[in-house]
Amino acid sequence: MSKEAPIEVEGTVVETRPNAMFRVKLEAGHEVLAHVSGKIRMSYIRILPGDRVKVELSPYDLKRGRIVWRYK
Amino acid sequence: MTERARGRVRRRRGAGIGIKTEAEIAAMRRAGRVVAEVLEALNGVVGPGVETAEIDRVADELICARGAAPSFKGYNGFPASACTSVNDEVVHGLPGHRVLREGDIIGVDVGAIVDGYHADAAATYAVGAIAPPVRRLVRVTKEALFEGIAQARAGRTVRDIARAVQARAEGSGYSVVRELVGHGIGRDMHEPPQVANYEEGASDLELRAGMTLAIEPMVNEGTSDIVRDADGWTFRTRDGSLSAHWEHTVVVREGGAEIITSL
Repeated sequence: MSKEAPIEVEGTVVETRPNAMFRVKLEAGHEVLAHVSGKIRMSYIRILPGDRVKVELSPYDLKRGRIVWRYK
Repeated sequence: MTERARGRVRRRRGAGIGIKTEAEIAAMRRAGRVVAEVLEALNGVVGPGVETAEIDRVADELICARGAAPSFKGYNGFPASACTSVNDEVVHGLPGHRVLREGDIIGVDVGAIVDGYHADAAATYAVGAIAPPVRRLVRVTKEALFEGIAQARAGRTVRDIARAVQARAEGSGYSVVRELVGHGIGRDMHEPPQVANYEEGASDLELRAGMTLAIEPMVNEGTSDIVRDADGWTFRTRDGSLSAHWEHTVVVREGGAEIITSL
């Protein structure tokens, strides 16, 4: 049985939450709760409110995502 | 203040993508054999006038008769042992009262568990006589699967598999579905990595011997766009064009892949 691939979307970080979680407002208007990907953590990149980021959403739960890229 | 460790930390072998031991592969081979037998038996079942529910019934009975359990039934609430996807349905079609007609194509996807390990495979069948362009779509999709399998060897990457599948499909004028992917498989039906059927969607993860993957090209005659039905499961092509699907579960080895879902 095939698996559904995650959906990549762009958004802006609205709020910081504890444990490196962030509320991100997507271009479509929805807000999701996203965590920072391990790769970004490995490079010690900081994410702050106002940052434009790329989020990977699981098709199985569209309210949660993973931040995979921070734009300049 | 002391410095913190920088850069990538060495990971435990196999943590991440599971490398299967020979014993685990043996169990998967047993599951693969059951799946292969089901797909072979369906050749004698698929035909005009047959209901998709009947195909599911045969698959279910055969899986249980061989001492295995169906992987799909109950998975996220899936109600059947097989997916039956007719014509413009891409995958995850629900078996029911739909009656097959001459000229249809039907993709049947089956999964089985033996001793705790899964195998997953699919084939697209012709219902009676089908038109030459339709036969071509089915043939090319199967060839794309084997092109992908040829890349499933130690040292290649997931992207190599995806590129090969995509090249065969698009090179023949068809399109490749993007939203659905192949996957690692073992104790769970879906394990990492994701095996996309197009290069841009695939990672450059290096394949190592002992990885077990389900490679499953989904190829459409027209647009690559798909939509999901109101039943919450069935995916179909947005433009109503035909779609074919073939899948094998393979073990990555040094010099090539071992297909465990053939007889």
